[in-house]
Amino acid sequence: MLQTENLGKVYPTGDKALKDVSVEISGQEVVAMIGPSGAGKSTFVRCINRLTEPTSGKVLLDDRELTTLGTDELRNARRDIGMVFQEYNLVERLTVMENVLSGRLGYVSNWAAFRRKFPPEDVQRAYDLLDLVGLDGMENKRVDELSGGQRQRVGIARAVVQEPKIILADEPTSSLDPETSSDVMRLLTDIAVDRNIPVLINIHEVHLAEEYSDRILGLHDGKLVFDGPTADLTGDAKDVIYKGEEIPDTTSVQTGTEVDPTTDGSSDPIAVRE
Amino acid sequence: MASATQTWTRHEGRDRAMRIGFVVVAALTVIGSWIWLAETSNMSLQYVSTAPVQLADLFGRMYPPDWAYLPNVVGPLAETIRIAVIGTIAAVAMAAPVAYITAENTTPNKATYLLGKLIVTVSRSVHVIIWALLFVIMFGPGALAGTVATAVRSVGFLGKLLGEEIEEIDFGQVEGIRATGASPAKLLLYGIVPQIKPALVGISVYRWDINVRAATILGFVGAGGIGVQLFEAIDSFAWRTVSAILIAILGVVLISEGISAYARQKVR
Amino acid sequence: MATEQHTWSRPTSFRSHRTKWLVYLITLGIIGWSLAGLAITPQRFIEGLGYGYELIASMLPPETAESDLARLRDAMIETIAMAMIATVSGIVISIPVAFGAAENLSPRPTYYLSRAIISISRAIDGLIVAIIAVVALGFGPLAGIVAISFKTIGFFSKLLAEDIEDIDMKSVEAIRATGASSLQAMIYGVVPQVVPRFVGLAVYRWDINIRSSTIVGIVGAGGIGVLLNRAYQRYEYDYVAAILIVIIAVVLVAELVSAVVRRRVQ
Repeated sequence: MLQTENLGKVYPTGDKALKDVSVEISGQEVVAMIGPSGAGKSTFVRCINRLTEPTSGKVLLDDRELTTLGTDELRNARRDIGMVFQEYNLVERLTVMENVLSGRLGYVSNWAAFRRKFPPEDVQRAYDLLDLVGLDGMENKRVDELSGGQRQRVGIARAVVQEPKIILADEPTSSLDPETSSDVMRLLTDIAVDRNIPVLINIHEVHLAEEYSDRILGLHDGKLVFDGPTADLTGDAKDVIYKGEEIPDTTSVQTGTEVDPTTDGSSDPIAVRE
Repeated sequence: MASATQTWTRHEGRDRAMRIGFVVVAALTVIGSWIWLAETSNMSLQYVSTAPVQLADLFGRMYPPDWAYLPNVVGPLAETIRIAVIGTIAAVAMAAPVAYITAENTTPNKATYLLGKLIVTVSRSVHVIIWALLFVIMFGPGALAGTVATAVRSVGFLGKLLGEEIEEIDFGQVEGIRATGASPAKLLLYGIVPQIKPALVGISVYRWDINVRAATILGFVGAGGIGVQLFEAIDSFAWRTVSAILIAILGVVLISEGISAYARQKVR
Repeated sequence: MATEQHTWSRPTSFRSHRTKWLVYLITLGIIGWSLAGLAITPQRFIEGLGYGYELIASMLPPETAESDLARLRDAMIETIAMAMIATVSGIVISIPVAFGAAENLSPRPTYYLSRAIISISRAIDGLIVAIIAVVALGFGPLAGIVAISFKTIGFFSKLLAEDIEDIDMKSVEAIRATGASSLQAMIYGVVPQVVPRFVGLAVYRWDINIRSSTIVGIVGAGGIGVLLNRAYQRYEYDYVAAILIVIIAVVLVAELVSAVVRRRVQ
């Protein structure tokens, strides 16, 4: 279970990218975070495993506070968080297998890592995952020989081979064509169910979010302005997320799992301020 | 253009003036150079006109090469290659920190950046033979001076190219590894080494190849290698020996060029 | 896939893992052989560093006596003059060699002859050519010019030939189709396609030739190297320092000029 409490990020330039975001993600739910570009979606996801250092608030993974961990402990915590990137972030000059196995780097010695000697279980798991993502037989290809969709599958395999407690996907479809995007989304939702882990996907294509997610988080200007089941994402709610409009009718939106603590005390789960 | 009959020229206005100016300046400099040299040294025309004859005469005396001399060049040629090998390895070791401070994305601050640029510039603008002169004073005649000269001369070249390679590193790839919980050592092994290894090997082997050629002349100033024998042969007008040595050098250089090209194509 | 798939080893770009280890072993062997053969002892090295300190001390401050600086200036003018003339003469000779070495324009025998000339010119170091030229033609800038011109041929012809090979033959054909002679086809079809690269290459080679002409004097082939060698033989290390500073400065200025001109041309 992942919880964030009042997570905030102010960049050195003074930009407030994230303002008091509190969410809870658990079970095997697929959560899509949507919002206009610059809303802070990437910042939020990256603050969870501290690729970007949050400036306020807490991140709890199975009740373990991550924001205060030292470097060694943080590395251990990262082993439990799988991450899928927009630009895949694979090591292009390494083979597919090396990239997948790099998900196990946190568990082997430096010397074994240098010699590419991973435990047989890990290798077996990697082979199984390549099968799962549809890249069987490609293990010895170099990543720079692959197409975008194939690369993203390798990225997903690398995240899953970690056996993480949660998978974070930062715009996993932005560099892909529509058809491949759907494949990747389907793969992620299948993994959530099969492996019984939650998946948090931030994505700007709303239709993909609506099609594949169980729950939507809406971010506008660094604030969480929507949190509810996908079915509740009405046109009005989209306006709130994308245009920053206030919603006059407080009954139109159902309560999500977490109430934004910054709301003005009403039962409205949508944080509407200013 | 507005005149009754239209005219056409290839280049117009300022562009045309610039081109003509460039050519005129270049031509005047060449003519001026000729006059200067004719005034101050042996560059008179009739002297120059005999040069081809003299050169032809020289090549005539080089034939046939003295093949019997070849066994004597094996040792010095081996030393030449050794100087290139060790000089290159030492240069790579020294170039690593230089590349680190010369790359804009890794250099700690402005001062280190400028220091890096200074090292690169000085190393590159002083020819290996001048470095050899200086190191012969320090280490005495012999291969040590030649090796150090080769290394110092190569640092700038390697530091510059490797620094450019470091600037090209894609930190997204490194981040992908970091997100899995890898330690700094593993980040280096999986995130950075694969990105710079081909360039590191390619550039080093290429420089080794250049250094083999460069090491053939170190002997002229007493810094070891085949140059010592060559210098002696030329000094005693043993032209058939000279041509034998030159052919041996040609062979070694072509072989090292082949190895270098093969290795660079292997490592991607 | 099969159940027994517990192992995976990294593919190698060599034929097999055994070949890979063999290559590594040979490489290590060559390094060991080189180290052993050079017999460089740490002691000698450290001793040398001590002399290095003395050398630097004797270089500072660099010589600034007026007569010495005047000689330095004259030698530098001679150096640059040599580079100018060698660049022009080298390029003039290079042009036919380059056309001969262009696979798309040249008949086979000419092609191989041109390629042989290029190989020899590139393989033999400039200083070796210079020393031979000095013996044949006597001390002085003429020997240097001949040596630098010779080195220019290999470099310039090779790169120019590559550019000629890259040209679009269709436009040459189009010119021929208008009834132009071979020479006219050259002038209108080939030359315009290579001229920008030609100028860039010429300036680049001029820059390299400036560097070369500063050192051919070490074997007596004229230029500032003669002065450097003389100062060195007389242990006038402060003068050596002054000469080195001037050489570095001129080399840097030449590099700058060459970079600016090449950027403008392209």
